[in-house]
Formats: sequence, structure tokens, C-alpha cells
Amino acid sequence: MTIKWTLNGTARTDEVEADETLLHCLRKVGCLSVKCGCETSGCGLCTVWMDGTPVLSCSVPAPRAEGHAVTTLEGLQEEAAEFGAFLADEGAEQCGFCSPGFIMNVLAMVRELKNPTEEEIQHYLTGNLCRCSGYQGQLRAIRKYLAAKGGEQR
Amino acid sequence: MKAVSTGVRKKDAMSLVTGKPVYTGDLVPANALRLKLLRSPHARANIISIDTSRAKMVPGVAAVLTWEDMPQSRFTTAGQTWPEPSPYDRLILDRHLRCAGDPVAIVAAETEEIARRAVRLIKVEYEVLEPLLDFTKALDNPIVVHPEENFRSLCPVGTDPKRNLVSTDSFTVGDVEGEFAKCDVVLERTYNTVANNQTMMEPFCTYTYLDEYGRLNVVSSTQVPFHVRRILSNALELPKSQIRVVKPRIGGGFGAKQSVVSEQFPAIVTKLTGRPAYLCYTRQESMANGSPRHQMQVKVRIGADRDGSIRCMDLYALSNAGAYGDHGPTTIGLVGHKSLALYGSLRASRFVCDVVYTNTMGAGAYRGYGATQGIFAVESAVNEMAAQLGMDPCAIREKNMVRQGQMMPAYYGEPCNSCTLDKCMERAKEMMGWDKGPTHWTLPNGHIRGRGVAMAMQGSGISGVDIGSVEVRLNDGGFYTMLVGCTDMGTGCDTILAQMAADCLDCSVDDIAVRGVDTDQSPYDTGSYASATTYVTGGAVVKTCGELREKIRLEGARLLGIAPEAAQFDGEKVFLPGTDKVMTRAEIGWASYEGHSKQLSASQSNSSPISPPPFMVGMAEVDIDPDTGAVRVVDYVGVVDCGTVINTNLARVQTEGGIVQGIGMALLENIQYNPQGRMLNDSLLQYRIPTRLEAGKIRVEFVPSYEPTGPFGAKSIGELVINTPSPAIAEAIRAATGHMFRTLPIRPEDVALAGLEE
Repeated sequence: MTIKWTLNGTARTDEVEADETLLHCLRKVGCLSVKCGCETSGCGLCTVWMDGTPVLSCSVPAPRAEGHAVTTLEGLQEEAAEFGAFLADEGAEQCGFCSPGFIMNVLAMVRELKNPTEEEIQHYLTGNLCRCSGYQGQLRAIRKYLAAKGGEQR
Repeated sequence: MKAVSTGVRKKDAMSLVTGKPVYTGDLVPANALRLKLLRSPHARANIISIDTSRAKMVPGVAAVLTWEDMPQSRFTTAGQTWPEPSPYDRLILDRHLRCAGDPVAIVAAETEEIARRAVRLIKVEYEVLEPLLDFTKALDNPIVVHPEENFRSLCPVGTDPKRNLVSTDSFTVGDVEGEFAKCDVVLERTYNTVANNQTMMEPFCTYTYLDEYGRLNVVSSTQVPFHVRRILSNALELPKSQIRVVKPRIGGGFGAKQSVVSEQFPAIVTKLTGRPAYLCYTRQESMANGSPRHQMQVKVRIGADRDGSIRCMDLYALSNAGAYGDHGPTTIGLVGHKSLALYGSLRASRFVCDVVYTNTMGAGAYRGYGATQGIFAVESAVNEMAAQLGMDPCAIREKNMVRQGQMMPAYYGEPCNSCTLDKCMERAKEMMGWDKGPTHWTLPNGHIRGRGVAMAMQGSGISGVDIGSVEVRLNDGGFYTMLVGCTDMGTGCDTILAQMAADCLDCSVDDIAVRGVDTDQSPYDTGSYASATTYVTGGAVVKTCGELREKIRLEGARLLGIAPEAAQFDGEKVFLPGTDKVMTRAEIGWASYEGHSKQLSASQSNSSPISPPPFMVGMAEVDIDPDTGAVRVVDYVGVVDCGTVINTNLARVQTEGGIVQGIGMALLENIQYNPQGRMLNDSLLQYRIPTRLEAGKIRVEFVPSYEPTGPFGAKSIGELVINTPSPAIAEAIRAATGHMFRTLPIRPEDVALAGLEE
């Protein structure tokens, strides 16, 4: 079937299967930052935005993108590099395989929550698994990023 | 020294955090066949017949392969130096199925969807046999997991497949029974650990193709490219010279990728069809047919004097290899060697072990590699001894722990050349406020708090076996290329080796371009496992850079026309002190090419006769809800002696990550089977690893010793850091509840029920 949608700011038309996931479709059209970790909504690796809201693309049928705007890390390269630099300065990206989904969710959180507390941060990002870092360095990076952006952190 | 002991950013960091396509699955050729495997629903069965005719008729199916299409030489998938201690007990596809999920057929098709559809059309008639699932009943069981005639064992590890025995071993130091007889208190306890999945975020995946020379190219997410080359050569009956293995970025390994798990399937498809082929395991496959930690049962007998001097320990370990013997004979040794050696006070010790086959998932290498299981048992037994004697668990360790300068008879008789374990303990106590507070107390909300402690050690590479090699070249313009054969799997070894090279060559880390791993181009390295890379390959970096420095100095002197013995090289230029005779590194780089036919390069290998252990103290504070039994780690202190810390950020993150994996092992992770032997919890929703909510607060510090045989004084860190949480948390729960849990993971229901019983 054909869908008309917007991907990273560009309107486009694509052929998708009725039972295809948005994750599969995104990788097919070249958004390779979107990673598959489990296909059962269990890891957060495939997080993208639909109309600015984070979704797990493994659990969204591709036809649902019809009429919607989807954003991946390919469409947020500057912000990814800006926050990513803080992550890199902690060494907390480690293998990096969870980084795109995690960063999509961090950037969504920054838009959604003003001056989040540590507890709010941890709860917002719970669905983003990381097996390398033990999460501590991610939290340090977020704190420093928020501080650099001028928000006061409670 | 400028780069070593700083927190240099990982060289690949920015491409990772901006989501660049750098992993195996991002690089697959568009025309690659997509593979799906038909897997056995039975834990033990023989294939009577397979009908693939309908699957082959599906448009877009290129090949359907069964056991009849496979080479019949057995091999091991364990990534180890040849001759591997792991038995040759596998075929790519076998008629005899030994665990649920064993591969039955390979389907290769134009798309994944077609392959999936074709898999469903294969008809198999099985002779279903009763499986052997309980590893404590495996030895001499009438059910024989490996009855085949062409089973082979290359090393004298005591293999006896007719008895389901993968290997057996023992060692004794001193007069064990005599020393026990002299002890005031002797305790005997049994500890159980279960199989755990590494659960790296990137599943197993590989693609293969034939290149312009007709050679098999293998691009794979592996920790051991050179071992993959040899294993595929064995499996495919193809000369090694016809195989090239390339490792792109890896999305985590933790030992899982120290075995060939996904490589053999696309490789055989490409060999037989000539087409590129790609296989990426689903998470379910990675969970149920990966290479998990060996399930073990460890019996500890520990003897001490009334004053708390620990005099004697006797261990018996039984390990469940599962259906295949990968890493079975080697993981078990660490149970004894890397736990008993923590105690310098021992007058005698003994370790006896058996590794057995069952019809469960074949185990493999997982961070800690047996030391984790052994340390859980020994450290828990020491905690129980302290409680029995009414001693503080830190005090009993301070009285008995190994110290720098001692010999370690249980650790291959090696000397303890570098060790700040005593200072790590001191610092951990300060950080936790150990001496200032009680080990257990109750909060106003009724929750109970408890504190526990454990020590740990590991090795730094496999002594006399592991080898690391690097090649460093001076290029035109004066920058260096460093070719490495070790595999950066996210740990950052490409960067830390460049940090070492930068300090050896007096240049910046940015002056060094690092490239790994391509078995056609990289110098030989056994791979990244056994905590080897920093210590073993780092040693090769130091040697290589020393040689190259000298070559640059001599070439500079020759170009300047000055006496070689008078020339100096400061990293930027070769010069004759007190004169204007100067030639920059960039000029030497150019000149050594142009007209002199002599690129300056050096390549050295390194191997070590010893494996200096890093040490660590871990302390846990847990919060227990007595109504539900829920245990939360609210504070964890880790103080580490890994020798010189090469990269302060990466060492810290390794430690934090290892501790959280260890918390998962202690409280959450457990591979479970139904009575027929199928894995029950083969998804991330069921096999739960710690989220950031379970991770709690982790505080890490370093008390570096200086290892005289290590590069810049460094030892290892990668595996050590997973070893303290299980015993420290078990002790914290014991302190809080009075109940010692000797079986992992310690589940809420166990804690709640134990509370009710009291």
C-alpha cells in the first residue's frame, strides 16, 4: 500500500506492506540510525518521533505513518551532536548501539519537561536499555547538558 | 606523559552518538540473500526426514539447506587459540538435535519475509527423545548427549562424552585435610548460580560475500576475527587462505561474541550459492540460542581459627556446559584459581571440578568467565564464616586478603607484583561510612536496610597463550597509522591503545589513525577477551612504538647527514642539539617515501608469561520491603585496582556498567526452561536486565597500583567489575534479614517467603 508522510521534514510517498513495522520501513528508506534490539517494545533502541512524540517504531505499523511526520536521528544531527558530545565526554556511549534511541528520547524529554528532577529523568528514560554503561554516565551527561543549556536543575 | 590517565573521548564517539551506519547490519549489500533458520522445537531429537520441496517452490527462495548439505567435520565454535580446549562437537546442521532451538534448516531468500514464509513450509519428522535437563544428574546418565563417533577433543582435559563429561580437573596446594583438622571452625556450604545471557544490545549478526578474488569475505559482529577465520575454515572445510574476516563497530559483546554464533550460516550459503548472504538473529534467537554463562554449583568447605584467620578452603564445582562444550573446560578453572587466590592466609587449598553436557542451550564466554561464579561462592562462604565467628566481614578480609609481594599458589603460582586491595578496602569503607554505621537497620516505613561487602580479582589475558600485535606506520605528512588486531566492541580499545601510542611517540592522540580489524590487513591478535587487550595488546603498542621511534631517529639522522648516535627525536623533530640541523616528523614522513623507497613502520607482538590480576572491593547497601521481598540496591561502592588507569572515563564507565550487570545477575537474571527443555523467558520483557531504575546509585573510585610488567603500569578492568555484586548483595540481604541466600538470582518471593518462615 502507498503512504504519504513526512520524514525528517521532507514530504514523501512510499510503498509499504500492511504488516510492515515502521522500524523496518525506516531502515529500508535509509534511516539506519534506527536500531532493532528486540522487536517486542522491550529495549527502546528503535525510538523515533511521530509528530514530535517518541514512539517505539517496532510497535508502530508502517501504514500508521500516513499523514504523520516522523523524525529520526538523521533529522536531528545538530542536536544529536550537541548532546552526544556530553555523552562522549563521559565515555558513556560505549558500544553506541543504544545511543540513537536513547538520544531521541533525551531530546524529546528536553522539549517536554522543564528543569526535570533526577527522578523525572530516570522515569522518562526507563524504557531505554543500555547494557554497557550502567546508566550513571548517561545521567552525568544529561545533567551537564541541561546545565549548559541554561536550565536550572532541581 | 600526556594522553595516558586522561579521559580522552573515544575516537568513534561522535559517529556513534549521531547514529552513523557503522554496524554490521547497516553495511549489508543490497543484493544479499536474507537467511532464516528453522530451529528444533525439541530439546533432544533425531531428524527422521525433512521435506523441503514446498519451501523451495516459493518464488524468491534461493536455497534450502539441511544436514545432508553440510560438511561432516566436527568443530568447536569457541573462539580460542588452537588447539582449542573446547571439544569438536558441532556441525553446522546436525541430524541429531541436542537442545531446543538447534538449527534444522537454513532458508536463503531474496527478502526476509520470503525466507520466513518458506521456513514454515518445511516439513520435518522428528524422533523425539527424552532430554537430559538437570546438570546435577548428567554424569553417567543413561541419556548420552554426544554419542557420535567423530567427536574429537584436541586437548587433554579429561573429556569422556560417553559419561557426558566435557572435562574434569583438580589442583591441590598444601595438606588440605591436615589443615582442616587444625581449624577451630569449619563450614560447608553449597552455592548455585544460573545461566545468564550477556544481552548485548546488538544481536548476533553476520554477512558474507565472495570478493573479486573469489575468496569468502565475512563481515561480522565478533570479538575474535582471527578465530572466526579458523573456525569457519574447520566448519566449511575451506582453506584459511580463502577466508577474510572484517569486524566493523560492534554493539557490545561481553563474551557472547567470543564464539561463532551466527557466522557459519551465511558463510555456508555463500560458499554453496556464490551469493552474498545476511543473517541477523532476532532477540529471541539471541536469548535462546546464544552463548550464555555456565550454570554452576559450587560446594565450599572453609576452615578458620577462632581469631578469624582463614586457613583452608576446598572447592568442588560442577558446571553445566549445555549441549555443546564451548568454553566449558576453561571457564571452570577460573572458579578456583581466581577466587582462592584472594586469600593470602590460606595454608592449603583444593579445587576439583567437572563440566557436564545436558540438553540445554550450549554455554559460552560471559564476562568473568567462571571467576564470577567462584567468587560468589567463596566470598559468600567468607561472609558466612565472619557471621559464624561474630566478626565484621571487612575485618575478616583485612586479616586474610592477599597482599602485594606475596606468592599466589592457587593462582598458577604467580607472584602478586601489584596490589592495592588493602587500600581499596580502606577507601570503600570510608566511602560507605562502614565503620560509622550498623550493617543493618530499619527505616520508619518498615523497610530494612543492610550492607554487604565482597572482594574480587580477575586476570589480564591468558598467560602464555594470548598474543597481541600492532603495526604502526609513519605516513607522508607525519601522521601515524596504527593497525590493530584486537576488537573494540564499544570498550574503547582503539582509543586507549592510541593514548598509549601517543605517549610513546610524543604526539597527540589525533596524530594516530587507528584501524581494526581485517584479518587480511591487521596483524594477528587472539582477540578481545580474557581481559587481555589493555595489558597484552597494550604491551605490543609500547614495543612497536619504541622500535618505530628509533627508526625515525635513525632515518632523520641519515637524511640530515649527522651521526646517528648524536641525533635526538622529541616526537616532533629529529635534531642535533646545539645546531640548526632539524628535520620535522612530517618531513621525514615525506622523505622516507620520496626517492628513498622506505616507509618507516614497525610491528611487534606481545605475549605474557603471567596474567597479573586486577583487584576490587565492592560494597552494597540494599533496601528490602519485608512485605513483598523486593530488594533494591540503593548504594553501591566500587573501588578498583586495575594498575595505571589508561582512560579515566572509560575505566569508570566499564566499572559502573559491570556493577549493574552484576546487580542483574544477583537479583534478576535467570535463564529458565520448561519441563521439555524450551527456554521460557526468551524476550527482554521476560528475561529482565536492570533498567536505570534498578541500577541505583553507583560510586566508583580507583586506587591504582603499578604493574611492572604492564604497559604504563596497567592491568585489566573489563571482567573484574562484574564479580562483586552477587556476593556483596547476598551479604547485605543476610545482614538485613538474617537469612543467607545461596542461590542466584535472589528473587523477591524467596526473600518474602524466608521472612514468613521466620
